[in-house]
Amino acid sequence: MLKSFLDPLSGVHVPHRKNTAHLEAVRMPPPESVVIPTVMHIGAPAKPVVKAGDKVAVGQLIAEPGGFISAPIHASVSGTVKKVEDVVLSNGRQAPAIYIDSDGEMRPFEGLKKPEVDSLSALADAVRESGIVGLGGAGFPTSVKFAIKDVSKVEFIVINGAECEPYITSDTRTMLDFTDLIVSGVHRVSALTDPKAVYIGVEKNKPKAIKKLREMFKDDPKVIVKGLPPMYPQGGEKVLIYNTTGRIVPEGKLPLDVGVVILNVTTLANIERYITTGMPLVEKLITVDGSAVKEPKNVFVPIGTRLSDVFEFCGGFKAEPKKILYGGPMMGTAVPDLTVPVIKNTNAVLAFAEKDAGVPEETPCIRCGNCVNHCPMRLNPPAIAKAFNNKDGEALYRQRVNLCMECGACSFICPAHQPIVQRHKLAKIVLRDWQNAQKGGKA
Amino acid sequence: MEQAKESKLIVSVSPHIGSGRTTRGIMLDVIIALLPALIAGSIIFGIRSLLVVAVSVASCLAGETLFNLITKRKHTIGDLSAVVTGLILGLNLPANIGIYPVVIGSLFAIIVIKCLFGGLGKNFANPAAAARVMMLLAFSNAMAGTGEIKAVDAVASPTPLAIMKGMAEGRLPKLTDMLLGLRGGAIGETCAIALLIGFAYLLIRKVITWHTTVVYVGCVFLLSWLIYRSPELALYQVLSGGLLIGAVFMATDYVTTPTTNLGKVVFGLGCAIMTVLIRKLGAYPEGVSFSILFMNLFTNYIDKLTRRKPLGEVKA
Repeated sequence: MLKSFLDPLSGVHVPHRKNTAHLEAVRMPPPESVVIPTVMHIGAPAKPVVKAGDKVAVGQLIAEPGGFISAPIHASVSGTVKKVEDVVLSNGRQAPAIYIDSDGEMRPFEGLKKPEVDSLSALADAVRESGIVGLGGAGFPTSVKFAIKDVSKVEFIVINGAECEPYITSDTRTMLDFTDLIVSGVHRVSALTDPKAVYIGVEKNKPKAIKKLREMFKDDPKVIVKGLPPMYPQGGEKVLIYNTTGRIVPEGKLPLDVGVVILNVTTLANIERYITTGMPLVEKLITVDGSAVKEPKNVFVPIGTRLSDVFEFCGGFKAEPKKILYGGPMMGTAVPDLTVPVIKNTNAVLAFAEKDAGVPEETPCIRCGNCVNHCPMRLNPPAIAKAFNNKDGEALYRQRVNLCMECGACSFICPAHQPIVQRHKLAKIVLRDWQNAQKGGKA
Repeated sequence: MEQAKESKLIVSVSPHIGSGRTTRGIMLDVIIALLPALIAGSIIFGIRSLLVVAVSVASCLAGETLFNLITKRKHTIGDLSAVVTGLILGLNLPANIGIYPVVIGSLFAIIVIKCLFGGLGKNFANPAAAARVMMLLAFSNAMAGTGEIKAVDAVASPTPLAIMKGMAEGRLPKLTDMLLGLRGGAIGETCAIALLIGFAYLLIRKVITWHTTVVYVGCVFLLSWLIYRSPELALYQVLSGGLLIGAVFMATDYVTTPTTNLGKVVFGLGCAIMTVLIRKLGAYPEGVSFSILFMNLFTNYIDKLTRRKPLGEVKA
């Protein structure tokens, strides 16, 4: 901790635009139909266990995990399976998707039962069965985090409530509206892993959430609710671990290797919701906002709901949308059309009018050094650019482009509007090819 | 997922918002920061100062336009970097210099030092510093002059550095005159107060960090104190010649100096040592431009040596 105080990580001051922070979560009525892709997580696609014509109810298993790193999928509405058909996802992968026509009843599945969670392995099993995946862009299956062989290695639990992306307030609302789930979740995980301390990291731009959490945990000396400076990307996993525990996760290692288990607040609340109700992950609380949205909201949305239905629930558009994002403006993905669905790791959908949708013109790098001095991972984008332009895998390795978390702080601050993140994504491929060639050469 | 009904959406890579900073905006800030020095210079050395600076700015713009036309490139003067080069060079010249050397110097700065190396962002040497050094060599007499100080009833006086070095006869101006810029020298280099206002503006606007300037000026002060054994003379050294304009505006040029903060400290230190050595031992009374140019050559190596260790890096 002292280390993180003396040698702080840098970042950028992004506009907060937490316009929806005061809006309590509402639940939208079920859409007429949903489309649920079998890939909403990193790893193997889930295998569909239903076929066209099957009747399904909310929470019923419709696809089972396709491997250790995979996750089951449950019906988010009650109704009839229309078809199972391959779709191309926004990341370019092709995988089956399950189309369900809703009967509008949202009838819960009768076979739902609460899991027995009396040990860490039971918790890992429960999380696996719940279908919960992490909120990072990759959607890492959360159960893998609890596959802990030696529980004495767990020194810290870090709960990520930083929510550093502009616009998004769904974690804020979870902290305010479902504080009890977070409290019981923290106690449960803490009892099963016996850490030295539990840190709940929240950016200081959410004073109400900090106050409420501190109030709820005031008799619990082990739990430290830490107000963090609003410095993007405060919620980056490695950044938050460093800023709360002072630990540095070495490259190629997991947080657990330095004694840390880290969970997002909403993920924790979802786990607790499953344990206390038996209802797996079938809906997501998302923030709907942006300059083109008529009535910005925080909405519980059934997974698989098309964005067009979500926006319609939010009053439609007040201006023609020119850019639609999954997630926040710093790391979110722009989507090509409104037929794509809300998936498990969606925490916001934003629609922007023309004035916020433009792509600024790229000009030559003037070596201002802003990207260098604002990179939370302390990388050197100009040096990476040089190595990338030379297709020099060895230099890319020296510059550790593999450590780039693509947070976008560099591109945000760049006065020349260089596509730095994009370049780093491509450079990682060059690096991987070089590393594979190295391995091949040695064998 | 079904057939795309709307395809009018813009799909671009993240991030989708920016800080609003542009290269042009930064250059505009530098221009604003240079204005106090320009105003002070034209008060101290008279209206001809404005002519010199105007010619230098115009020549830089014309040079870049001409180069882009001949080489069939996109026009680039809109980024205002040529204006900055012209301003800094003009402010580094004496007010009584002839027009023709100014034109030659400006074209040299823009075409030879900047455009031929690939334009903005690609040059390894500071165009204004390089042009000033070229002009010192090519137009020694014209450059050695100093404008008549119009602001007070005084005749043209030699520069304090020349006096301190025993190269010219005369008495050192009072310290207050040094701060106000009432001494011999180039148009924009004499008024310390104006330059410090510019420095403060650049810091407030976060265009530059304090590292290079503070280390450069601070070390010149300390080293001079060590050499001349007098804090007062050391202060004269700091306020003399082109140190302040160099340390604020030329040693902080993005393109030709290190990007890391530690690198900026090293760069400033190197400039300070070179400046003091040239002033003490060299044939010229002044060494700021030489020093900056000299350190420009090491920028790449300084950047490499001051690389920040990536968070979680594991040495293979």
